[in-house]
Amino acid sequence: MQLVLEKRAEQSTAAALVSPLVAIAATLATMSLLLALLGKNPAAALIVYFVDPLTDGYSLQEIAVKATPLVMIAVGLALCYLANAWNIGAEGQFLIGAVAGSWIAVKTQGTDAGHWVLPAMLASAAIAGALYALIPAIGKVRFGASEILTSLMLVYVAELFLDYLVRGPWRDPAGFNFPTTAEFDPVATVPVLVEGGRLHLGAILALLAVAAAAVLLGRTLKGFEIRVVGAAPRAARFAGFDPDRAILVTFAVSGALAGLAGIIEVAGPIGHLQPGISPGYGFTAIIVAFLGRLNPVGILIAGLFLALTFIGGEQAQIAMKIPLDVTKVFQGILLFYVLACDSLILYRFRFISKSPGVLRGTG
Amino acid sequence: MELVEAIILSVLAASTPLLIAATGELVTERSGVLNLGVEGMMIMGAACGLGGTWLTGSIIVGALCGMIAGMLLSLIFATMTLGLAVNQVATGLALTIFGIGLSGLIGAGFVGERIATAPHLHLPSPTDVPFGGRILFGQDGFVYLSLALIVAVRWFLYRTRAGLVLRACGDNHVSAHALGYPVLRIRLLATMFGGACAGLAGAYLPLAYTPFFIPGMTAGRGWIALALVVFASWLPGRLVIGAYLFGAVSILQLHAQGAGIGIPSQFMSALPYLATVIVLVALSRARSGGSTTPASLGTVFVPDR
Repeated sequence: MQLVLEKRAEQSTAAALVSPLVAIAATLATMSLLLALLGKNPAAALIVYFVDPLTDGYSLQEIAVKATPLVMIAVGLALCYLANAWNIGAEGQFLIGAVAGSWIAVKTQGTDAGHWVLPAMLASAAIAGALYALIPAIGKVRFGASEILTSLMLVYVAELFLDYLVRGPWRDPAGFNFPTTAEFDPVATVPVLVEGGRLHLGAILALLAVAAAAVLLGRTLKGFEIRVVGAAPRAARFAGFDPDRAILVTFAVSGALAGLAGIIEVAGPIGHLQPGISPGYGFTAIIVAFLGRLNPVGILIAGLFLALTFIGGEQAQIAMKIPLDVTKVFQGILLFYVLACDSLILYRFRFISKSPGVLRGTG
Repeated sequence: MELVEAIILSVLAASTPLLIAATGELVTERSGVLNLGVEGMMIMGAACGLGGTWLTGSIIVGALCGMIAGMLLSLIFATMTLGLAVNQVATGLALTIFGIGLSGLIGAGFVGERIATAPHLHLPSPTDVPFGGRILFGQDGFVYLSLALIVAVRWFLYRTRAGLVLRACGDNHVSAHALGYPVLRIRLLATMFGGACAGLAGAYLPLAYTPFFIPGMTAGRGWIALALVVFASWLPGRLVIGAYLFGAVSILQLHAQGAGIGIPSQFMSALPYLATVIVLVALSRARSGGSTTPASLGTVFVPDR
């Protein structure tokens, strides 16, 4: 007996919709096993993870706040991955965006600068993120350097640069030597949507990004170009689509979105620049992009789901002393299952006997 | 001269994990498989390696634990990419995320525990020869092992039939399959070898470099090992040069920080990563197209029976 993969002639829509759900179910089963091994009651732990955060208004807001950067980054990454351009350095573009936006906030601190400050911060963050993402993209199209490795290396560089700024020139003199800038002025802060709440304007921007990407991919020639370049490079060349340009454009857009997410996180929920502003949003967003099957609307749902695991993970740590690393393991396993289930859409699995009879088959 | 000798010793120690991990990945990539999970396999090797030594007191058991951990992770990768024909880039990323999380869970039991590191070779007279003696005859066993490994891999790839078949799988899996070679099985073995090497390289960190485990202690070394394979144009000989160059950059920036030159430490710490970017760009330009790249690298292969 031998397992054989056969390419499906056509892909069913139902399978495409069901496969992420199968992946989540398989992940939950594996997690139950892991939790049992850790000596925790799996049922109780899964309720703390996935049900409790949905039952009170504060947690629901927190989920939306956490989903905001994830969705924004993942929408950009999906464009890259559709064009077969592998940007895995969104974490670095996120940090550089946060730094570039904070620069304006820090320089205008204590002055009577008006309401232009926040828009300027958002714009400079997007531009900085895009430029930072263009480094690996240009390295790829001009010199053929692997964008996977260069974009990832730049994450470490961005982390160290941010660390230098908040420990050196931008450190709050009244901050008791903590590595952080002073709290941003009100004009340099992303406003909350409901007075006294946590949900902020960034959530609206994330929804806009989802809508814009959905229109781009579904309704414009540019979106078609991106998808053709990724799925059928030869066909793209015959159509006159330039794969290099697709790489540059998708990297720039995803860098801009990641940078925007960075400054929104800093000027929104956090309120100042400090090391550790991201619990790995740039990497988790990769999972979000694939769980959403590289579809903007799917990404919105996937982003909310992964935000739920962050919030649930924090609550499980407090309530049941379950280590935070369980959340990372969960996310890794989820990505495995999502990818494996994608394979089920593309291929049909068949067991065949290894007898010589196979040779007679026409295939 | 004392200082120069100390620097060379620390360069060798810093380069060894890079060399071991990159050697394994080189074999994997030569068979046509791009496993981006090196960082995840290394950090799991570090956690399990320290665990093994802490429980048994034996460095060898620890090293074996690290290798097994790396190999098990590479088996997950192989099941996904070879068995289910999943995209190798995405699976490799998943493996890294998974490995970092799981190593944190496993390592939580040993955080703060110190162990005695691997002993250094000491031959009574040769080791005591002033400058040079300790460099040649005073290393820990892993350093010698890494050099033996690269010689063995070079011999295997270019001097044996099996090595030729492995390279054929990497360069043209359709032809290799048509000739009757079991492409997927060869790739499975190459991937497992890469996993074992990454695990061993990870285990080196707590067993010989810093005698304890901290989460995330690989600090991107797995990714640098991946870059080294590109740097070396998939040639074992150049891998040695690359690994020692990168080890030298990371040690020299430490010494520069210690010497208190007027550059902020963060900029110096960023040097190895920046150097990787610059080298990748410069080399790819020089090669213009990369003719030495295994032609089937990273592509999915589904045999048509």
